[in-house]
Amino acid sequence: MEAFGLLLHGFQVLLTFKILSLMLVGLLLGIFVGVLPGLGGPNGVAILLPLTFTMDPTSAIVMLSCIYWGALFGGAITSILFNIPGEAWSVATTFDGYPMAQQGRAAEALTAAFTSSFIGSLVAVLMITFLAPGIASFALRFGPPEFFAVYLLTFCSFVGLGREDKHKTLISMTLGLLIAGIGMDTVSGQLRMTFGFEELFRGINFLVAVIGLFGISEILLTMEERLALRGHAAKINLRVVWSVWKDLPKYWATLLRSSAIGCWLGITPGGAIAASFMGYNLAKRFSDDKESFGKGRIEGVFAPETAAHASGTAALLPMLALGIPGSGTAAILLGGLMVWGLNPGPLLFVEHKDFVWGLIASMYLGNVVGLVIVLSTVPIFAAVLRVPFAAVAPMIIVSCAVGAYAIQNAMFDIWLMLAFGVVGYVFKKIDIPLAPFTLALVLGNRAEDAFRLSMIGAEGDMRVFWSNGLVGSITTLALILLFWSLIAAGIKKMQGARNGLKHSG
Amino acid sequence: MSENEIVVEDPNAPASDSPAVTSTRSVDIAVSVLLLGFAALMAFDNWRTGMGWAADGPQAGYFPFYLSIVLGAASLYGIVTQCINREGAGKAFVSRDQLRRVTQVFVPTLAFCACTQWLGLYVASFLLVSGFMRWVGHIRWWKSLLTGVVFTITMFVTFDLAFDVIMPKGPLEALFGH
Repeated sequence: MEAFGLLLHGFQVLLTFKILSLMLVGLLLGIFVGVLPGLGGPNGVAILLPLTFTMDPTSAIVMLSCIYWGALFGGAITSILFNIPGEAWSVATTFDGYPMAQQGRAAEALTAAFTSSFIGSLVAVLMITFLAPGIASFALRFGPPEFFAVYLLTFCSFVGLGREDKHKTLISMTLGLLIAGIGMDTVSGQLRMTFGFEELFRGINFLVAVIGLFGISEILLTMEERLALRGHAAKINLRVVWSVWKDLPKYWATLLRSSAIGCWLGITPGGAIAASFMGYNLAKRFSDDKESFGKGRIEGVFAPETAAHASGTAALLPMLALGIPGSGTAAILLGGLMVWGLNPGPLLFVEHKDFVWGLIASMYLGNVVGLVIVLSTVPIFAAVLRVPFAAVAPMIIVSCAVGAYAIQNAMFDIWLMLAFGVVGYVFKKIDIPLAPFTLALVLGNRAEDAFRLSMIGAEGDMRVFWSNGLVGSITTLALILLFWSLIAAGIKKMQGARNGLKHSG
Repeated sequence: MSENEIVVEDPNAPASDSPAVTSTRSVDIAVSVLLLGFAALMAFDNWRTGMGWAADGPQAGYFPFYLSIVLGAASLYGIVTQCINREGAGKAFVSRDQLRRVTQVFVPTLAFCACTQWLGLYVASFLLVSGFMRWVGHIRWWKSLLTGVVFTITMFVTFDLAFDVIMPKGPLEALFGH
């Protein structure tokens, strides 16, 4: 097993005092960020990214990914104790988690949530360990047309499979791609879309946009809500942990099903939100006692948490193997890679073995350590919510500004962040999705380069995207996904017509 | 309140019956119009840069030009559908109370950015944290000031000293020789 040997090497990379302590700091910061209202996985990672600028890439990615695991764990605390989902993917956890807390079974619900998160990500990490190297070495044979086809596939699947209005997804994506193109054109060296503003010459930094879109806009949105909260304090002791773990084998089907859903949806840009709901609904459908869901059934906590965590972790697979993020947070981590001077894509597995396998090993270790930390520190983090939002909000704003400024040491970026904050606020309120925008911003230049390099290679012949079986099938699949809703409607109509014929005949 | 309950009140919460300032539909249309204008501007600029084919492949404006066309078309589609079906016309984009709260946080943020430019990030950060806690959160003076000072010093130590991430500075830091 080659992967196994490399994984062991990864653990060796990790086991230094410096990296282990960064891991711990990352996890604690992450849980903190996950618990706080108005902050979550992607925002937390984006805001704390500047801390890692002066680190070596391996330490940096370990710390950042630990912030992410921590935020995923933290989201469960507020959903169960306060009925406030810190993240959209924790919404399904509140369905049964909060009733359990009301019945005085908060500790049980929390243990279930943390344990299933752990199981979900473990399954996803196992998948990454054994699949990612294979996919990456396969992708090494990709030329520009193949890469462009894969980018196209990513974009098209967002439009075709997203639940938002198609034209809104399209707006979000094209706007992101356009903004990514501002500044110096990487192929010809020409300036474009700068209108003579010197600040725009080097382009709009992806991370500045993300900090505004997710950090600042989230503060504005949170302020709109009623911030009063009422919840339960909880303390987890070993007896509760043991009693939950003892029953785990009974729920193997739910855990396995949710992990599979999560892994699948994590790779495709459907994301953790869809996975958590699907995990919950399927657990309900397969259950003998459907009525008891929503009234404090432990399976109702297991199912969505496993799926959300599995999908959040699986989203890193395409990022590592192909350089295409499967989620907003993965997109930010990808932005981080570029800041640290690494070139995302399949070559990472060849050129930066320490980095890749250190990251994968840190997923195992981070989740084990994270599980122990959250189980033992829940009361402290639940108390964080007592801190008034009027104190938390300005601190988050300052942290956002620090993050935005640190990327390029430019005051202009702080103003830009503010502008993106307003854009994010308005877009969220009129249901223009932000995930395609983020993805387009981070992939825009690479997609365009791939397109132009293929065009140069093929002397302007569009048929290059169907020039061999591989690139042809990816491009065709992309187009099918793009028009999926039309195709699905067509199939339904045909079936309807056939059924109609049967009935009349 | 029992011992194992955590309660946080929000006395200034926006009332749920507060009148709407504007509807989601109007904002949707306004944003679509703005996006259409943006798309036109971008299309023009890329046309000027060159959106055709050079000897060695597409020119610099080719890719973004067609993107602006798609963006424009999608925005136009949005405007037309919103004008035809009146769905969402009754849905409030923001209520008057909500707008008040959003302004309460947006204006200080704007002021903070301006202060950062003149006074440096750390002084601005102290002003924002303390000021926001005192005037928006109605938290006691000493608590607000103390939090502002502790937070700002922590940030300075973390970023400027420990992680070597240098922030913009103003006259105050110059006094201490930073």
